[in-house]
Amino acid sequence: MVLLQVQDLSVTLQTAHGPQEVISHINFSMNAGEKLGIVGESGCGKSITALALMSLLPPDSKINGKVILEGLDIATLNSREICSIRGNRIGIIFQEPMTALNPVKQIGAQVSESIYLHTKLNQKQALERVIELMDKVGLPVNRFPLNLYPHQLSGGQRQRVMIAMAIACNPDILIADEPTTALDVTVQEQILNLIRDLADSTGMALVMISHDLGVIAQTAENVMVMYTGNVVEMGSTVDVFQNMQHPYTHGLFSAIPHVGSSAQPGKKRLTSIPGQVPELHLRPNGCNFANRCPRASNICREKEPMATRVSDHHQVWCYHPLNREDKK
Amino acid sequence: MKHPLVKIEGVYKDYQLPKKYLFQKAPVFRALHGITLELNKGTSFGIVGESGCGKSTLARIVMALDKPTSGKVFFDGRDLFNMPARDLRHLRRNFQMVFQDPYGSLNPRKNILGIVAEPLDTLKEKLSFAQKKERVGQILAEVGLNSSDTDKFPHEFSGGQRQRIAIARALITRPALIVADESVSALDVSVQAQVLNLMMDLQEKYNLTYMFISHDLSVVEYVTDQIAVIYMGQIVEQGTTKVLFQNPIHPYTQTLLRAVPDVNPLNRKKKNKDIIPLFEKTKESCPFLDRCTRATKTCVKNAPELLGEEGHLVACFNAD
Repeated sequence: MVLLQVQDLSVTLQTAHGPQEVISHINFSMNAGEKLGIVGESGCGKSITALALMSLLPPDSKINGKVILEGLDIATLNSREICSIRGNRIGIIFQEPMTALNPVKQIGAQVSESIYLHTKLNQKQALERVIELMDKVGLPVNRFPLNLYPHQLSGGQRQRVMIAMAIACNPDILIADEPTTALDVTVQEQILNLIRDLADSTGMALVMISHDLGVIAQTAENVMVMYTGNVVEMGSTVDVFQNMQHPYTHGLFSAIPHVGSSAQPGKKRLTSIPGQVPELHLRPNGCNFANRCPRASNICREKEPMATRVSDHHQVWCYHPLNREDKK
Repeated sequence: MKHPLVKIEGVYKDYQLPKKYLFQKAPVFRALHGITLELNKGTSFGIVGESGCGKSTLARIVMALDKPTSGKVFFDGRDLFNMPARDLRHLRRNFQMVFQDPYGSLNPRKNILGIVAEPLDTLKEKLSFAQKKERVGQILAEVGLNSSDTDKFPHEFSGGQRQRIAIARALITRPALIVADESVSALDVSVQAQVLNLMMDLQEKYNLTYMFISHDLSVVEYVTDQIAVIYMGQIVEQGTTKVLFQNPIHPYTQTLLRAVPDVNPLNRKKKNKDIIPLFEKTKESCPFLDRCTRATKTCVKNAPELLGEEGHLVACFNAD
């Protein structure tokens, strides 16, 4: 059953260089309980996509296209209607828990905020619910009393509070926007396990946004690779990661050092993608990746590529997708 | 016998914490707990550990920005903390640092010439403006920027380019040692690869020694020859990169390596269900006691020393 459908979503933001389209023509749909990963470098529009799903974009931005949550177009709702969805049916975890949490409010009060807002629980029931939530995210109240302030917790513990806030109202969709980027690897593992387990046990759909290919590989079933506001490749994680078609996806994979590199003898070099992500107002015509792409031809610089089907659940936006021989 | 470029001998660093009561003796936080290391010329040494383990404190001490509470640091055979301030300043040209955040480490009000030439000014090199400009231009070309960029300001550059400027600033004094404290962790993967390749090329060209501090194990594995894993201010395992990654012995190193997410979606990690034995941690116990799955009674009573065969040292009683 389709839970969320994003149709032809484009977002235009007001910048110093005039209005700029930061994401263009994004299409995807999610079923209940599905785990979708969005991966890309900074400036590729992955966070803007998340904010668009939450209707949290700045008021002077323009949204085209539809974001349909079970038949209801979120993009057209007024602020009161969207409030009943935000935090209730869609929860979000932000990257930096220290700036996302209110430093002068006790953690219990922050977790209970959305419970009071969206449910009709009385104080006693709400308290019970908060205690249950804190237990779920691994901060049992006997060791972490609800009257603690965010600064008394470590980074991982703060992120757990964020998770408790996001899932307080049993949302249908949980958006995790780089939830582990600020954390150590061992804590990252715990948080990822926690998010995955919560999604599995409650049947929430999960949107995992990260620049880390490893994080996406470990959490998502389907993945969307984004570059400068466009989706360049989309499909099941196994298909995309094992049989990548777009030169950008391939470039990303070659650019990361893999654990185990010390086993190979000799001096190694990473294959980097030449150049850098173009700034918003300097995005080229045609395919945005063309000027960094080793396979680009004239048509790439003139016309934006359309989606090409690779297999049932695998699409790529490229005129010159990779063949099997190119990958090794 | 090879002469190490940097020799760190039994370095302790205590920081005083604020007092809770007026007449209390100030409580002390021990950031480094007897670190002994040797960095050989022309090699890269990786320092790995979680945040708060003392990695950056160690970098500050090697850079002589902070004095150790006890212990010594030798640079090219000379004791950094037992020499006249004047000599130390002269010696400083030989070790430079590249910081983590390329947005915070470059002064936004200075142009690139001013930023990159600042070490020369501080070292009181007597250069004319034209000479200075030429030298900055040369070094910019070497890190892959335009030598005509000298009049631009940091905001005109992207993150990766800024980090190149920071590297140029470190290189301008022709140092022997560069301490890179999380230098690539703020960069995007495609740009990170460019900067790492640049750093490795420069190392080959100038026979640089790197002290490479990072929490990203795959990056450290890629660039370093030797690694020390630090936990709570102590080295728990040390060895060549190859040995350490293929055959990690200390449970902490194993935990760290296991926690790196695999990019192969078919290799989904199973949840770690190891049981951690419950012991009361005392001052004498092994620092890793409360997270260790192999802890025994011995670990409670005293902390293990860093022992082992040549090239691979481990601080664990239950190493197998």
